[in-house]
Amino acid sequence: MTDVLSIEDLWVEGRPPGGKYKPIVKGVSFNVKKGEVVALIGESGSGKSTISLASMGFARPGCRISAGTIKVNGENVMDMTTKERHKLRGEKVAYVAQSAAASFNPAIKIGDQVIEAPVFHGLQTASEATEVAVDLYKKLDLPDADRIGGRYPHQVSGGQLQRLMAAMALSCGPDLLILDEPTTALDVTTQIEVLKAFKDIIREQNTAAIYVTHDLAVVAQVADRILVLNGGEVQELGDTDQIVHNPAHEYTKTLMNAVRPAPNQLELDHKTGDDDPAPILTASNITAGYGSGPSKKTILRDVTVDVPEGSVVGVIGESGCGKSTLARVIAGLTPQWEGEVTITGHKANPRVEKRDKETLRDCQIVFQMADTALNPRQRISDLLGRPLQFYHGLKGKEKADRVAELLELVELPAAFASRFPGELSGGQKQRVNLARSLAANPKLVLCDEVTSALDTVVAASVIDLLQDLKERLGLSYMFISHDLSTVASFADHIVVLYAGRVVEKGLSSQVFQPPYHPYTQLLLNSVPEMRQGWLEEVATTDEAKAASAGSVELREVGCPFSNRCAKAIKGVCETKTPPLRKIETGHEIACHLETDVLPK
Amino acid sequence: MLQLIVNRCLQGLLTLVLASIIIFAATEILPGDVAEAILGQNRNDAAALEALREELGLNRPAIVRYFDWFFGILQGDLGVSLSTDRPIADMMSGRIWNTARLAIMTACVAIPLALILGLISAIRAGGVLDKSLAVTTLSLIAVPEFFIGLGLMTIFAVELKWLGANANIRPYYDFGRIVHAMALPVMTLGFAVLAHMLRMTRASVINIFTSPYIEMAVLKGIPKRRIVMRHALPNALSPIFAVIALNLAYMVSGVIIVETIFAVPGLSRLLIDGVALRDIPLIQACAMLFGAVYIVVNLLADIFSIIFNPRLRFPK
Repeated sequence: MTDVLSIEDLWVEGRPPGGKYKPIVKGVSFNVKKGEVVALIGESGSGKSTISLASMGFARPGCRISAGTIKVNGENVMDMTTKERHKLRGEKVAYVAQSAAASFNPAIKIGDQVIEAPVFHGLQTASEATEVAVDLYKKLDLPDADRIGGRYPHQVSGGQLQRLMAAMALSCGPDLLILDEPTTALDVTTQIEVLKAFKDIIREQNTAAIYVTHDLAVVAQVADRILVLNGGEVQELGDTDQIVHNPAHEYTKTLMNAVRPAPNQLELDHKTGDDDPAPILTASNITAGYGSGPSKKTILRDVTVDVPEGSVVGVIGESGCGKSTLARVIAGLTPQWEGEVTITGHKANPRVEKRDKETLRDCQIVFQMADTALNPRQRISDLLGRPLQFYHGLKGKEKADRVAELLELVELPAAFASRFPGELSGGQKQRVNLARSLAANPKLVLCDEVTSALDTVVAASVIDLLQDLKERLGLSYMFISHDLSTVASFADHIVVLYAGRVVEKGLSSQVFQPPYHPYTQLLLNSVPEMRQGWLEEVATTDEAKAASAGSVELREVGCPFSNRCAKAIKGVCETKTPPLRKIETGHEIACHLETDVLPK
Repeated sequence: MLQLIVNRCLQGLLTLVLASIIIFAATEILPGDVAEAILGQNRNDAAALEALREELGLNRPAIVRYFDWFFGILQGDLGVSLSTDRPIADMMSGRIWNTARLAIMTACVAIPLALILGLISAIRAGGVLDKSLAVTTLSLIAVPEFFIGLGLMTIFAVELKWLGANANIRPYYDFGRIVHAMALPVMTLGFAVLAHMLRMTRASVINIFTSPYIEMAVLKGIPKRRIVMRHALPNALSPIFAVIALNLAYMVSGVIIVETIFAVPGLSRLLIDGVALRDIPLIQACAMLFGAVYIVVNLLADIFSIIFNPRLRFPK
């Protein structure tokens, strides 16, 4: 009896509001032994979260567990009374959700939420539970362990909150831990710290765990066995080693093929920056931010970026570094305080409402969330028709024809014109979002994290589409992403932003090959590799330790990265801002380190 | 946070000044002026009219008269009533207490009741209790106040003779007698404000139910009642405060029907009397007071919302 969880022939049904129940999990069986980590992988809609929640006897509103047995420690969850189920959830099985920021109650102190379950279920007194919690905080490498529990969720960083949620799950000493995409919302650098903390604590407490994710490289680091799901059915179940290196099922192979190689392992032809065409966009010496008066917050400082005609410029950096702000400044949505934006040779007004139609047409922006960017109450024909009418004065049949053309351009059937965004899948919506920007016949498209909300396979197809459109229409892109592998495979030039400053820029082949800026090196090393054991290697390097000691800080003087840099020169880096220095033609790095001591 | 509260208070003051301008302008636009009102039948006598205007200072520009009036109010001088020749402040002082008594007693009963029933509705959303509460309270709000008031009076005061029909409280009344007299007006007014607050409490709590942190609490094995009280309610307070404030203001300024039916000599009656007698200074003073009540209770609701929001209480 070593199975902590055994699920047999589980069926879960779901229904849209007012609709009929349809099966979303179809006869899934698997088990988890004590001390074992089983990963559930698959695209969104594969039922992986639903299965993990079912193991707590829970179905989201609109869903119901219709058949099957779910046994935790040999007891059937489906036969339990409400009270017994409450006890099961508070004592035996614990859950770690994707977004800690949303899963912590904003009105209650963190510590009170962490100890709520064990205290409420009478496992421990409040003071005992607090002791256990503080102990967990220390094990999870949280700073200021004795006092962090007295803070509110908005007062700690995202990575810390994610670890605090792990502490909340572990506070009752569960037999089974369910981790539902616990690092997906994090930056790669933070992901390492959190993954390492999770892995260590699972091993130490010898807890059984279910790890739900779509990121195969992450799975390779933490899982003992992998269950591959598609459309609510099991495709393949096997040891991590076998699934990663020797997938048997076709679907698993598709998943593996969609994974892009880490950027520094990419074969890039090395060309110098001499033969670049004239820039279609120049943003020079941009300083910008939000607010005014005492609450004024400067995000970008003295940022200069060029996009040569017909090329793709990738902008990378962690969240909070100003990537989106840069796109907004260029689009005129956030007027810059200093500096100048030039689009196709014409100086663009800082404010979008004061720009002329030509400038507006030339530069279009595509937002990350197609869900929020597309009006849910308008048909696709209206969404695409409006810019056609605005920019080109098209009406009636002409407009309808052009809408059909645009849909064809983004590889969607023309019949979609009469649908609403809600009837489309995530990837399809992102294609409509892209088609909307193409309606203007732009020369430059600003893509702000356009693939971040999509599954690996879908994201890969969107990138292929972007590549194809670039060649067919002669577009230029500014491609903002925190996913380095995607950027590396697609961009000709790279700009590395850190805390609102450009720390490195150049051709992809220059930026992704040594010498690196220390921050670029950190980013590159943080991209998870498929190799098992990679996590342990990378988490113990000096660079990773130094990086996890600090967080992104917007600062006026000094190198912004100095508080996280393993190579920082004391007395220099934190007081003097390093200027961008030419390493070779087209390649610039802002660092005080001599070229020959820059990370290799 | 202090900065926020101070800002909000300044905004409240500004609103009050704007309200005073609107009130003054509105009475200024009305045909005829105070002098004509005083002279009544004799208002066609041009010489007398002119003399009286001179005496009352009505010939001065409107702006001057506005500031005169406004600074008077700031110093507690509400002016003199035309119909009674007494200072308006004196006329109001007794009535304020009558109106406030009705409002406070109603608030003490209706607010806790609305909150409790709203929370029960939220916990049992979709259940029999929730649905019957919805039907009852919505019917009560749909029936006009005068109908409910007269209905209650017919049943409890006339037929059963359990409660009093006259809520004009005399100073020598003991507590039991006050309750006896006030029960019916409090019930009538309570019914009018209950539904609104109850529905808002239910809606804001249920709105919070879809948050991931509520799912998290469910997955920690916390029972529904505790989830509502501990996890949902603290995050639902802001809209609840706002609707309580609106209803409190209504209990002070919108109770003319209840005051009339139950013969409460309150402020609304005073205002109506003022209108009937064209007593413009009295109308202005009453309108100013009601405006101030609206602004102050809404200000309080905002301040409470700020205080109960940890993001504002403890900035990063």
